[in-house]
Amino acid sequence: MHFLEIADLSAAYRNVRVLRSVSLNVARGEVVSIIGPSGSGKSTLLRALVGLMTPTAGTVRLGGETVDYSDPKSLRALRDRCAIVFQQFNLFQNMTVLRNVMITPVKIKRRPVGEVEPEARALLTKVGLADKMDAYPSQLSGGQQQRVAIARALAVKPDILLLDEVTSALDPELVQEVLETIRLLAAEGMTMLAVSHEMNFVREVSSRVALMNGGEVIEVGEPAELFERPTSARTREFVSKIIRAK
Amino acid sequence: MIARVLQEAPAFFTGYNILFLLQAMGATLLLSLGGCLVGSTVGLGLTLVRASEAGALMPARVAAWAFVEFFRRVPPLVVLLLVFFASNLLRGQISLFGIAMIGLCLVATASLTEIIRGGIESVHPAQWESAESLNFGYLRAFFWVVLPQAWRVILPPAISFMLLFIKDTAFASQVGTLELTAAGKILTTKGFTAALAYGSVLILYFLLSTALAGLGNWLEKRIAFPGNR
Repeated sequence: MHFLEIADLSAAYRNVRVLRSVSLNVARGEVVSIIGPSGSGKSTLLRALVGLMTPTAGTVRLGGETVDYSDPKSLRALRDRCAIVFQQFNLFQNMTVLRNVMITPVKIKRRPVGEVEPEARALLTKVGLADKMDAYPSQLSGGQQQRVAIARALAVKPDILLLDEVTSALDPELVQEVLETIRLLAAEGMTMLAVSHEMNFVREVSSRVALMNGGEVIEVGEPAELFERPTSARTREFVSKIIRAK
Repeated sequence: MIARVLQEAPAFFTGYNILFLLQAMGATLLLSLGGCLVGSTVGLGLTLVRASEAGALMPARVAAWAFVEFFRRVPPLVVLLLVFFASNLLRGQISLFGIAMIGLCLVATASLTEIIRGGIESVHPAQWESAESLNFGYLRAFFWVVLPQAWRVILPPAISFMLLFIKDTAFASQVGTLELTAAGKILTTKGFTAALAYGSVLILYFLLSTALAGLGNWLEKRIAFPGNR
């Protein structure tokens, strides 16, 4: 049984359907990457998964439990286990780096500060920001902010991490520092569902890759399989465009 | 004029008159503070309602919007007169000071609600989403994440409004409340020159406004964080 099971998930912005019966599974310890052209519904899928937009149809099961998106309790339980890192970092601008990482475990999960603080410091050290704990987000580079965002997501001890194009908003020279952090997490067995445009990274880190187009999952397969022997015409077209772009 | 002011000064600055002016200044201060405190608190509450997307709060959102739009458009003096005549229905159970306080609170609440709403809307919507994805809930996201970032946008116009509002409390004299402007008028009817009576009133208004402006500057510095100045 997979840890995250998405079955026939649909979602709409007002009356426009942006996800069409998406089905995708993620096993524990797996890194599944979602690729596809802009506007194909990749980010929407992650947003729908954490309830930032309510799915219009389909089911999501996490750890064997079905998520009821209309039930606040079920939604809270989902968000306790499933953390998202946004493309634009979305750190709380009024809080220091350390406070950003500590606030959810302390104030929302009501864990003691004495227990959370060493963990938060260890997480920030792990992402290479031991010297930036008292800085505010506006005093950091994009890459540093994104690493804080990853540490903040990890601080809630999620079972699965959703990464929404976490390098897209970064200058090219800052991309590697964030990818290095994700490589480290993948090596530690963190379950991740990542939307990415970094094809080399996708090939290197992913257990499986899903190609989305027009709000649908077109093809899912292992990276080598999907990039070298795509079965659908749309995947072949997308992969050939990527290769040409290189 | 200066010669007349100097001549009348000893008779004007008696213990009785000074106490009378200070008493009137106290009333102006109370009306100003009352209006600003009630306006800020209720304004924050109304903004909470207006910013919420909960379907159940729709009637409250419409009521809050109608309240704000109505009282922002009606001149303060008309609001005070409305409250004055409405209070007649209660057959004099509200004092004249109470009437002035209610009227001014309505005026301050409507304006401060708009100022607070503007500040809240200046915070990037992604901050709400980020808090929501971390299970903050609406109130925690509002008070811990959004409001602290909105202060820098809220405070300057709020302080400007409050400085103007101190002057608006002068309308309370029109419904029979003894405050600074009314005190100046009473002193001139006692025969003192207007320059002396209203000059003293002017200085006392200036002191009140300066103190408030100083408090505003101190608050702005206190709540600032990098990227927020």
